Amino acid sequence: MADIAFLLLIFFLVTTTMDTDTGIATLLPPPVEEEPEDTPPVKERNVFTVLINSQNQLLVEGKPMEISELTEAAKEFIVNPTDDENLPEKNTKEVEFFGTVEIGKGIISLQNDRDTEYQTYLMVQNELQRAINELREDKSKSKFGKSYAELEKEEQKAIRTLFPRKISEAEPKNIGGK
Amino acid sequence: MAKFRKKKSGGQQAINTASLPDIVFMLLFFFMVSTTMKEVDLNVVVKPAQATELVKLEKKELVTFIYVGVPAKKYQALYGSEPRIQLNDQFSTVSDIQSYIAQSRDNMSEANQSKMIVSIKADKECPMGIITDIKQSLRKAAALKLNYSAAELVRDR
Repeated sequence: MADIAFLLLIFFLVTTTMDTDTGIATLLPPPVEEEPEDTPPVKERNVFTVLINSQNQLLVEGKPMEISELTEAAKEFIVNPTDDENLPEKNTKEVEFFGTVEIGKGIISLQNDRDTEYQTYLMVQNELQRAINELREDKSKSKFGKSYAELEKEEQKAIRTLFPRKISEAEPKNIGGK
Repeated sequence: MAKFRKKKSGGQQAINTASLPDIVFMLLFFFMVSTTMKEVDLNVVVKPAQATELVKLEKKELVTFIYVGVPAKKYQALYGSEPRIQLNDQFSTVSDIQSYIAQSRDNMSEANQSKMIVSIKADKECPMGIITDIKQSLRKAAALKLNYSAAELVRDR
C-alpha cells in the first residue's frame, strides 16, 4: 500500500508546477468598422502624451524622460493639485461617499514604435498603472482608513470613479523599422 | 565463570513505521490537489517580462494563452529566428488568431464566454510590432480582456 502511495507521490511531485500566472490586465477598445469622420477634439491640456521610440526611449509631453520619473509625472497630471493652466480641466460630479468632487478630465495617450521592446512597453504600462493604483490607495487610506483592496465593492467603485484608468493607445509608428 | 552478558545492542531502536503510510498519503493528496499539469510544450523561447502591478489569473478555465517568442533551437532551421506566435502546440501566424479565439470560446461554457481573458506570454525582447498585430486581431475577434503575462519584478531601490 505504502509503495503504491509512494509511487503516486513521486509522480505528482515530478509533474507539479505551482506557479500561478500573473500579468498586467488591460482592456482593448472594441473594434470600429470605420473611423468616425469627426471625433470631438480633445484639448491639448487634457492629454498626456507618452511616446516610446524604437530605441526604447521615452518622450513625455514633448520632453525626454526616464521611466523611473514617469509615475510621478503621471500622478501630477491626473491630480493637477495646483489647478495649473497646462494640466487637465476638471469636471464636478456627484460621487457616492465623497459628495460633489472634482474629477480630472485627463487622458493618457500612449504610442509606441513597432520596434519598441516588449519589456519597455510593459514597464511603461506598469508605471502608468502604478500611478493610478497609488492614487487610489492614498485616497482610500485618507477616506476610509483602509487599503483599497480591503474596501467594499461600492467603495472601490467610488474610488475608481475618482481615478479612472484612461489610457488610450494609438496605432504604432514604424519609423525605426527594418 | 562469569557469564558474559551481551551488552544491550548499542544505538537506537527502530522507529515505528506504522504511521508512515498516513504521512505519505497526506503528502500525496497535497500534491494531487495542488498539481496543474503542463498543457502545452513551448516551441518558442519565452523569457518572461517583469512588472510590479500584477493581477493574478485565478480562474484557469477563462484564460486562453498566446505565446510569442523566438523559435527554440531545434525549430530554427525550419522557422527562422524571428519571433513567432505559438497557439496550442503549433507555430501560427497572426491570421490564425481569430479562428483560434473562436475555437477556444466555443470550448467554454456559455456563462464563461463573455468573461474570456486572453493572456499574451511574450518574450521580453520581442518587438512590439507583432504584439500590436495580435492586439488588432484580438479586437476583431472581440476578445477584449487582455492580460500581458509578466513575472514579479524585484526592485533593488
